[in-house]
Amino acid sequence: MDKRAVNLKNCVLVAALLPLVFLVVRSYLGELTANPIEYVSQATGWWTLCFLSITLAITPIRKLFKFQWIFPLRRLFGLIAFFYACVHLATWVVLDQFFDFESMLLDIKDRPYITIGMSAFVITSILAYTSRKSIRLALGPQRWVHIHRLIYVIAILGVTHFYLIVKRDTTEPLVFAAIIAVLLAARFIARQKK
Amino acid sequence: MKYLIPKIKENEVTSRDLFENRREWLKMMGALSLGSTIAPATLWAAAGRKLGPLEKSLYSTTEEATAFKDVTRYNNFYEFGTGKEDPVKFADSLKTDGWKISVGGEVAKPTVFDMDQLLKKFPLEERIYRLRCVEAWSMVIPWVGFPLHKLIRAVQPTGSAKYVEFVTLHDPEQMPGQRSPILEWPYREGLRLDEALHPLTILSVGVFGEVLPNQNGAPIRLVVPWKYGFKSAKSIVQINLTETQPKTAWNLANSREYGFYSNVNPAVNHPRWSQRKERRIGEFRKRETLPFNGYGEWVASLYSGMDLEKFF
Ligand code: HEM
Repeated sequence: MDKRAVNLKNCVLVAALLPLVFLVVRSYLGELTANPIEYVSQATGWWTLCFLSITLAITPIRKLFKFQWIFPLRRLFGLIAFFYACVHLATWVVLDQFFDFESMLLDIKDRPYITIGMSAFVITSILAYTSRKSIRLALGPQRWVHIHRLIYVIAILGVTHFYLIVKRDTTEPLVFAAIIAVLLAARFIARQKK
Repeated sequence: MKYLIPKIKENEVTSRDLFENRREWLKMMGALSLGSTIAPATLWAAAGRKLGPLEKSLYSTTEEATAFKDVTRYNNFYEFGTGKEDPVKFADSLKTDGWKISVGGEVAKPTVFDMDQLLKKFPLEERIYRLRCVEAWSMVIPWVGFPLHKLIRAVQPTGSAKYVEFVTLHDPEQMPGQRSPILEWPYREGLRLDEALHPLTILSVGVFGEVLPNQNGAPIRLVVPWKYGFKSAKSIVQINLTETQPKTAWNLANSREYGFYSNVNPAVNHPRWSQRKERRIGEFRKRETLPFNGYGEWVASLYSGMDLEKFF
């Protein structure tokens, strides 16, 4: 890999960790409202969905603008999304539920938004695992691409999860839904043209 | 039905600073006598003014109050935005001077009160209550107010009064959140008449011994401690006694999730939040949620014979 690509990746990695750094700093400053656990839960979920959307945008951007240099970032953004999903899940298990397994199982069973979030997380883990080069080679390009189309399923589950949480003001989840719909459509149109 | 209304006369005001420093407070207990200050005629004033003298109530919990800064900055008050800290940022636009509250419907003496009239007529008490939000968090809040039954008795309900409706101010100029149709405005809430007459049900005009800050529902709001927080309508301009069950804001928005009764009930499953437990603001571990938010000994009898999973 050439040096510029490595530098780019490092920059992206540092930038992508900033939201988490800010979250930690602000929690020390007591700026995360009276209910910091809820705040962290929402912030990490929001960033997970954000990085998922960015990951989805890489291929359309590369094709549309012929930005070949952007391509190596696809896996990186995907892994960053996975990283935020792990922090998001850990927030729930450790801070919110404090390892109360009975409550967590009941939540997975009774609360559709948790069931859906959990499903999204499981699929995300599979994609993170199979993103390794050795596994990609072992699977062969075609099967690998098929499996990794599941990212659309993750995005749709993620938006649905968000939509189900908000009580009345559905603006934000609908904005994410619109972004993801556009990215999906771009993909589809590009394929038709080929 | 008869209720015992416990009363202790004391010339104490429990102020915000005292709550912020509980230990000091306990030390000072005996010696304490904060001169409470303003004459009733000029009592009604901007948020932050001290209210008093206050009677203490046996209905108050002895649990430690939630920090003043949390009670007054972490609010659900969609009239000022859906974010928890939107109300504290934006509620300045609410004008509470000259506030009037009209009490009517199925009553013999419909009356329009201004705040001074209310405060002259009904002595203020301090009521330290648990507040349980449907979003599975809770607080302990030292309200200042008076029992709603006193107001209702004063206007003399007729025989056909069965319910009480509470209506919040509707004015998008003062309440910019009302420009977006997230709820059907004005915010409306309701109680059965016996719930409204229950001595635990109060109209509150203050917290921590001070006039209610706007974001907490100034100048006058309902507090029904055994029900989820959204039942306690804020910034009330109208109270109507009605024959039929009033329509209520959250029930109109989503009747599957928010029932008319909305009694705190860990056994009734909610699709968004487990109601088994709650996080007390300021604490890390969750605690078990109690039926009727711990007020069962006083209110459970209101619902004897009712299937509370059906009438949730
Ligand atoms: C890839 C998977 C996931 C994505 C994309 C995702 C995304 C989100 C988003 C966007 C929010 C709302 C943020 C906001 O209100 O601004 C959220 C909230 C939340 N998520 Fe997730 N999530 C995922 C997985 C999970 C999992 C596995 C769990 C736990 C089992 C979970 C539990 C929660 C909870 C409890 C909240 C709500 C916090 C609150 O409002 O109190 N999520 N998530």
